[in-house]
Amino acid sequence: MSDSYLQFANSAVGAWLANALGLPKPLPLERYAAGQPVVQGSVLIGGGAEPQLLTTLAGLFKRIAAQTVAHAQLPQWLPIANQAGLLTGRWGVDGQPGEKLKALVFDATGMTDSSQSDALYQFFHDSARSLLPCGRVLILGRAPELCQSPRQATIQRALEGLSRSLAKELKRAITVQLVYVAEGAQEQLESTLRFLLSPRSAYVSGQVVRIGLPAGRSAPPPDWSQPLAGRKVLVTGASRGIGAAIAEVMARDGAQVDCLDVPQAQAGLDEIAARLGGRAIALDISAAEAPQALVDAALAQGGWDVLVHNAGITRDKTIANMQAHWWQMVVSVNLSAQERINDALVESGALQDGGRIVCVSSISGIAGNLGQTNYALSKAGVIGMVQSSAPILAARGITINAVAPGFIETQMTAAIPFAMREAGRRMNAMSQGGLPQDVAETIAWLASPASGGINGNVIRVCGQSLIGA
Amino acid sequence: MNTIRRVAILGGNRIPFARSNTVYAHASNQDMLTATLQGLVDRFQLHGERLGDVVAGAVMKHARDFNLVRESVLSTTLARETPAFDIQQACGTGLEAAIIVANKIALGHIECGIAGGVDTTSDAPIGVNEKMRRILLDAARAKTTGQRLAALSRLRPGMLVQPALPRNGEPRTGYSMGEHSELMASEWGIGREEQDALALKSHLNLARAYQDGFFTDLMTPFQGLARDNNLRADLSLDKLRSLKPAFDKRVAPGKGTLTAGNSTPLTDGASSVLLASEEWARARQLPVLAYLSFSEVAAVDFFDKKEGLLMAPAYAVPRMLARAKLTLQDFDYYEIHEAFAAQVLCTLKAWQDPVYCKERLGLDQPLGAIDPDKLNLHGSSLAAGHPFAATGGRLLATLAKMLAQEGGGRGLISICAAGGQGVVAILER
Repeated sequence: MSDSYLQFANSAVGAWLANALGLPKPLPLERYAAGQPVVQGSVLIGGGAEPQLLTTLAGLFKRIAAQTVAHAQLPQWLPIANQAGLLTGRWGVDGQPGEKLKALVFDATGMTDSSQSDALYQFFHDSARSLLPCGRVLILGRAPELCQSPRQATIQRALEGLSRSLAKELKRAITVQLVYVAEGAQEQLESTLRFLLSPRSAYVSGQVVRIGLPAGRSAPPPDWSQPLAGRKVLVTGASRGIGAAIAEVMARDGAQVDCLDVPQAQAGLDEIAARLGGRAIALDISAAEAPQALVDAALAQGGWDVLVHNAGITRDKTIANMQAHWWQMVVSVNLSAQERINDALVESGALQDGGRIVCVSSISGIAGNLGQTNYALSKAGVIGMVQSSAPILAARGITINAVAPGFIETQMTAAIPFAMREAGRRMNAMSQGGLPQDVAETIAWLASPASGGINGNVIRVCGQSLIGA
Repeated sequence: MNTIRRVAILGGNRIPFARSNTVYAHASNQDMLTATLQGLVDRFQLHGERLGDVVAGAVMKHARDFNLVRESVLSTTLARETPAFDIQQACGTGLEAAIIVANKIALGHIECGIAGGVDTTSDAPIGVNEKMRRILLDAARAKTTGQRLAALSRLRPGMLVQPALPRNGEPRTGYSMGEHSELMASEWGIGREEQDALALKSHLNLARAYQDGFFTDLMTPFQGLARDNNLRADLSLDKLRSLKPAFDKRVAPGKGTLTAGNSTPLTDGASSVLLASEEWARARQLPVLAYLSFSEVAAVDFFDKKEGLLMAPAYAVPRMLARAKLTLQDFDYYEIHEAFAAQVLCTLKAWQDPVYCKERLGLDQPLGAIDPDKLNLHGSSLAAGHPFAATGGRLLATLAKMLAQEGGGRGLISICAAGGQGVVAILER
């Protein structure tokens, strides 16, 4: 599962050779470890037209103890930040760049016309070369579908092209995201800002996140180093790979994690459940009696707050060669089981009001993949389920979102033939595969009690893969 | 004929101070002063304004920086028509700059101005070897190739490895500042323990000031630094006690009391203060923090009369108090620059000594003691560090903000300087 080219390309000889031959130059990604600050380094703030989130941002940066500096075009940041108790100043003087930066945050929420886009050029033109490796770029806007006028919707939609191009251009493991914040939803921004600015989002890039008014209560955790403290979580497919990483990350963040997998995986399941101090539930989720069994298991201990649908299988063949039961198995486990379980848990109250459902979709579900008609159908179906259920579940304060992993280093991807594996690994803005932890961190963010403003989102964890872009 | 006007301090800005050869190792005086001035301009929205004067200086300076302050002003968003000039009075530079600007405002010559100071001991000027310099100049003066070759033939390889380095010492005594302070400490019987206690208090006070956000509107970050990197919030007396004497070898062998902990380190940094007439401030709706009302400068004879090198403030303060018709106890705050803990303690002790006050200062009564709980309440140079010319601006802005927060009161500023000089001032509100 190790990526030996990544190590080679970062050795003295390897770096020289990669340079000389124009080979990809992946950097080791910075990843989160418990106790780290959100951002280690200066954050440059910019804005276009009349940015509307500056006061919110100042409060957030004060809370995460980030060091901010303002681009020359945003002098209004200084008094606002001072007011929030931040020591801040202008970045660079006399047209010269200032110190190296760990993150760029551009507030585009006030932009209402494409003629205002020069502010974006100036900000990113001035700062692009000053961004440190593994840096973070965040553009904040207003969702085009909620805009007042076509012109406003146009410039806001245009931000997507900018952010996706920046994500490809900046390289050096820098990630770029566009976050659409609905009017009045600025209080919901904190969990997202903490995730996207920190090493937790190491392999998430080129994504668009929509934050709206919260479904039900959405409260910041008392202690941001334990954002899931006191939350009861079920993770399916938890005995190995991505599922095990999800369980571990959620336990690290304070959750009490119950682990589920098929009875054949009992050994691995017991091991991880024992390690994390949760229950081991050996169950085939596609079985007819599975939904009721899970309702019983949930109610036995007061219900779950978070449900992570990670369990999934592949049975790859071109459709002409595929047997019917391969088709049925994949659709049943990956999609239908999730639908039935969601319905049962929500209806019975076994998933508590204010709960979170996070589903694992796939890049295949977005882009399609040769030999994966069944799998891609199921994973695209998951996206459909998330988007269609979101408004309904919101009434109960429950959110439902999906993550769509790209190439993740697991036993499953290690089995792919070499040439195809290398192509999958390198064809993304990070020139490397992600780790199960990267998927897990993303799920933990969506599962946070503070993420009530995120509902019906599909977030790719793919290092901005070229496939399905 | 103009009447004399009150001079308002409207605010200040400084960059965090950094120990020599750390974060600002590659920043020039001009870089730091420009950033500091720009931060002040940004805070008070002075873009495109023509100010009356900008006066500042640096103690350690490259020959190419002859017009350091004007060049720095040109790099900010102030109007290009803002005049500026350099001054230098060692560690008194920053406060002396403010006095100059204040006097111009008081007399109605200008309406507003900026005073400041900057210093780097990291980006220090290194001159070529003195013999080599003369040879190079002779070669430049030569009229024929033969003369030029003759001059250059006097060059020796050894000259390259013996450059002229700047020294932190008194030219007339050959002693360093620390050695002079060690001499003063032994003359006044100032012990190690009380010096360490003063240093600890400085660090704790500065750490608390940061925690309270006191400096939020007095500082702008520079090169990623957002607080003075000499500050040790977790300092303890035990740690201070563990340090070895640093200046004892020549002047007090085996009996040294000055250490790296109770002396200021070499530091890089810059500071600035905005001063103006009340009319100017009113017209821009800028609140007045405090008024600079009195100042005094003194110098002592530290070689023939053997006065302590850093004792000049002891002379300056009573002279100023006499003019202001105040006693030493009439202050709510004392900001006494901590070049060395020993310097502060010697001065305070001298003011309580009847013999010294009578014979040296010419006073009938000693000035007396001050309330230690009014001294350097937001930390001082032992914690923040001491970029020579930048310390005056730091003290002025800190004291002015304290008076503004209190809503009234009076504060004393005292700074000792190389060459046996001292600059002091009174702020009131």
